[in-house]
Amino acid sequence: MANQKTISRESDLSGQEYQWGFVTDVETDLAPKGLSEDIVRLISSKKDEPAWLLEWRLKAYRHWVQLSDSEGEPDWAMIDYPSIDYQDIYYYAAPKAATEAPKSLDDVDPEMLATFEKLGIPLQERAKLAGVAVDAVFDSVSVATTMEEQLGELGIIFCSFSEAVKNHPELVKKYLGSVVPYTDNFFATLNAAVFSDGSFAYIPPGVKCPIELMTYFRINTEGSGQFERTLIVADKGAYVSYLEGCTAPFRKTHQLHAATVELVALDDAEIKYSTIQNWFPGTPEGEGGVYNFVTKRGRADKNAKISWTQVETGSAITWKYPSVILRGDNSVGEFFSVALANNHQQADTGTKMIHIGKNTKSTIVSKGISAGRGNNTYRGQVQIMPGAENAVNHTQCDSLLVGDQCGAHTVPYIEVRNPTARLEHEASTSKVSDDQLFYLMARGLSEEEAHHMIITGWSRDVIRELPFEFALEAGQLLKVSLEGAVG
Amino acid sequence: MLEIQNLHASVLDIENSEILKGVDLKVNKGEVHAIMGPNGSGKSTLANVLMGRPDYEVTDGDILVDGESIAELRPDQRAHLGLFLAFQYPAEIPGVRPWQFLKAAHDAKAEARGEEKMSVRNFTKLFDEKVEAVGINPDLVKRSLNEGFSGGEKKRNEMLQLEVLQPSMAILDETDSGLDVDALRIVAEGVNSMRSPERSFIVVTHYQRLLNYITPDIVHILVDGKIAQTGGPELALVVEKDGYREYLPAAGATG
Repeated sequence: MANQKTISRESDLSGQEYQWGFVTDVETDLAPKGLSEDIVRLISSKKDEPAWLLEWRLKAYRHWVQLSDSEGEPDWAMIDYPSIDYQDIYYYAAPKAATEAPKSLDDVDPEMLATFEKLGIPLQERAKLAGVAVDAVFDSVSVATTMEEQLGELGIIFCSFSEAVKNHPELVKKYLGSVVPYTDNFFATLNAAVFSDGSFAYIPPGVKCPIELMTYFRINTEGSGQFERTLIVADKGAYVSYLEGCTAPFRKTHQLHAATVELVALDDAEIKYSTIQNWFPGTPEGEGGVYNFVTKRGRADKNAKISWTQVETGSAITWKYPSVILRGDNSVGEFFSVALANNHQQADTGTKMIHIGKNTKSTIVSKGISAGRGNNTYRGQVQIMPGAENAVNHTQCDSLLVGDQCGAHTVPYIEVRNPTARLEHEASTSKVSDDQLFYLMARGLSEEEAHHMIITGWSRDVIRELPFEFALEAGQLLKVSLEGAVG
Repeated sequence: MLEIQNLHASVLDIENSEILKGVDLKVNKGEVHAIMGPNGSGKSTLANVLMGRPDYEVTDGDILVDGESIAELRPDQRAHLGLFLAFQYPAEIPGVRPWQFLKAAHDAKAEARGEEKMSVRNFTKLFDEKVEAVGINPDLVKRSLNEGFSGGEKKRNEMLQLEVLQPSMAILDETDSGLDVDALRIVAEGVNSMRSPERSFIVVTHYQRLLNYITPDIVHILVDGKIAQTGGPELALVVEKDGYREYLPAAGATG
């Protein structure tokens, strides 16, 4: 609690409540602003990519130009923002010291290590103690991956995407775009053209990854977009738990983040993917903040399981629908989400569960918290294809309103093309009641603590799906993100 | 010591809604006071106003704890000073376990008073002891706070909180309502075992029943927002026999 007070004091000084809003002073290698075929070629050559990858990028770029000229950005989401000038963005920003990939942590710019330390991301020895392997992505470039060697003994590959292209081209070539093709949607297409870096993980058949893999994304450079791409492949019978965290500095201009994540769970494999998304949400007055347009999708083969858990507290705009294609028989898809929209934040988030295989099962638990003038929309699609005998879906959508100027919306789409399917949909909307607040305060909790306790309790079904340390962080984030919304 | 001086209170933002119309009351350390009265007399309002419920507004008079006014303090600040309200209708808090809630409350109070927070281990020991003492089904405290609790279970849970937090001034708002005799006895035993020269109680009740088990030092009859009569424990018996008729305007009672 004492710690908490310090945080709010700091944020009072900068006029906002975002604790991670500092800027790191590192020399940056910037490509000129704007998007063109030349820029795509430049990115590819900076990364020394093979011709097939450049070709793929260029196809994506040309497709994107077509999309821009025709329909443009998708406009079905319940979000409102001024149109994005794609020529006013840096598509490549790399910390200078890291243009040569660091060989070890000793080669990493100390300023950057300090940044991750400040963010509580253990890159040094602490990483080992914490039992987490970390890939840290600073602006567009992966700056450090820990514990590669230890994982290597098990045959597990965990490295930056760029390294994977160099060292494991056959795997990347086989799976890149196999779940999210470059034609998928406007933002995924943009990402395919200009993606900079990201994480790659491969778990060989039958291997249970003994530690959590984590990628930490940090946008630093002003006016830069971040387009990372993550690919995780769990081979037959493999298991991995993967964590993703993100922050960005406090900026008065908007920053675009358009990431793509592809998960491949082969037969009997399981991938658990947890996200704490805490990009800068903008000022309480609605200035700045990250535009977060993300495409995340997994493919679950026979008896495989993919589980998405997300706590979304940041970004001015969140547009994100982590999905599972349940194409193997008996495959399982799960989506657990807490999305918070405070001040002027807008979140349009949910999931797609596409049942193709027999006896496939999906669970959706979505908790939307709206505070201040925040707007929160759950958008979900459950699709039961004709061959999906005995598919089961359970959906639970809950909305919580804090104050009376916020909005909560639920937009479920259900498409059933097999009569044996069983679907359940529950939805609720509630408010933090004065009775609840008075009850907790009468026991000595401050108004903020009381709100926090009510809200984390209400979100418990989702938070308990997170790995323990992430769960603590999530609780803390909800608390900080709600500061100013109450009292 | 708690001193209530000429306390007037209304429902917030509603005109002509005065409920407390000049309550005077003095509770010394170690005393147990019972406040009785007919429905609508303002008993529960008094209990809630003492704890600082924001739905009410103090329009005149004052509430003093050890000589200092608390009328402007928030409910959490009053709790830190040692006030405690056992609720008539405790709120349900989904997803929050009683242990977690009480640990947070215990910590908040310790911190506000500049005391050291109790370790998780010691607190758990205390909590388990009190769960047993109050006779709450241990399965219940694994559930969400008050969610799906029966009326009696909620009241026992209030007593659990009272026992764990050890306040210096406990206000029981009709804790007896909805309780069967066994539960009533447990509540009373809890209060009796906690009676000490350092702790005072205000027991708000409609019926004399609870006072068979808790013998108050002083009984007040609250009628129409004012104390109509004050006496010893025998006053409760009179009310039990004759009801509140003599205090009501129709009976020409004093007011």
